[in-house]
Amino acid sequence: MQHHLVLRIVAKLLFAPILLFALYVQFHGDFGPGGGFQAGLIFASAFVLHGLIFDVSSARRFLPDKLLQAGAALGVLLYAGTGLASVLLGGNFLDYDYLAEKPTSGQHIGIILVEAGVGITVACVMVMVFRAFADHLPRIREEDW
Amino acid sequence: MLFAFLIATALGIAYLRHLFAVVMLAGMFSLLSALLLLSMDAADVAFTEAAVGAGISTILMLGAMALTERQEKPSKRSILKRLSALAVASTLGALLIYAMLDAPPFGDPLAPAQVHVAPYYIGQTAREIDIPNLVTAILASYRGFDTLGEVVVIFTAGIGVALLLGGFVARDRSE
Repeated sequence: MQHHLVLRIVAKLLFAPILLFALYVQFHGDFGPGGGFQAGLIFASAFVLHGLIFDVSSARRFLPDKLLQAGAALGVLLYAGTGLASVLLGGNFLDYDYLAEKPTSGQHIGIILVEAGVGITVACVMVMVFRAFADHLPRIREEDW
Repeated sequence: MLFAFLIATALGIAYLRHLFAVVMLAGMFSLLSALLLLSMDAADVAFTEAAVGAGISTILMLGAMALTERQEKPSKRSILKRLSALAVASTLGALLIYAMLDAPPFGDPLAPAQVHVAPYYIGQTAREIDIPNLVTAILASYRGFDTLGEVVVIFTAGIGVALLLGGFVARDRSE
């Protein structure tokens, strides 16, 4: 879609705000609707948009596949690691009360950590799945749509 | 009103053969469901539905469509088979509607779903977790183990797709 000037400009303009909105949804999940799952999807959608308008290979240069695979695993590990940390600190698995002096502070820390884990995994997996599809697509001529 | 649009979209999906239009209608269907959920004050679910149904899955359906066919093949089944399928579907629908007549009205505080653990969550979240969003408190803390399972499911699904479509091997379009 290289010759679609409007699409290219809009995609460039929207890329950073989408990422910013994803971060807002991620960290504002305690207070309003949203959380790691939705934030991860929004984060991934910025890269999907980029991949649709430009090229998947150019996005690979600053977000290589290896990083995505590592990120997908890292999110799960962060979540499970938070659970293990609360075990090591004397509680049950995923009992965040023990993560800090005050139980509610522990809950806040725990929720932020696991939501971060969810967000990282979802974002990485979604971009990975999108690229897995995009790699196989033949170039589609405009009139074929 | 939203339900009418929803039904119209569903009929359109069933009727159309052009898969590009069908994928777009499916995205609209998700967006309408999200609005419906929002009108029932389920902001978190509506948000997820809009992001997953209308956003990512539309893109993935388009990808799948581009890998396979653009047009649905016309059905070769006989009229009798089609009528029996219609009969099965309508019977199932009628049964579901019949079962729904017994369900408690929407927002009934005495519905079984509302009197089990919900009062505990609503009463204790402010004291035990101290965050304003109940949904996040339930998902991430009270039901944290379930959410861990969901994340593992997403992770596994991602690995599965990447293995099936060869996402672990870097490929060029020019190949």
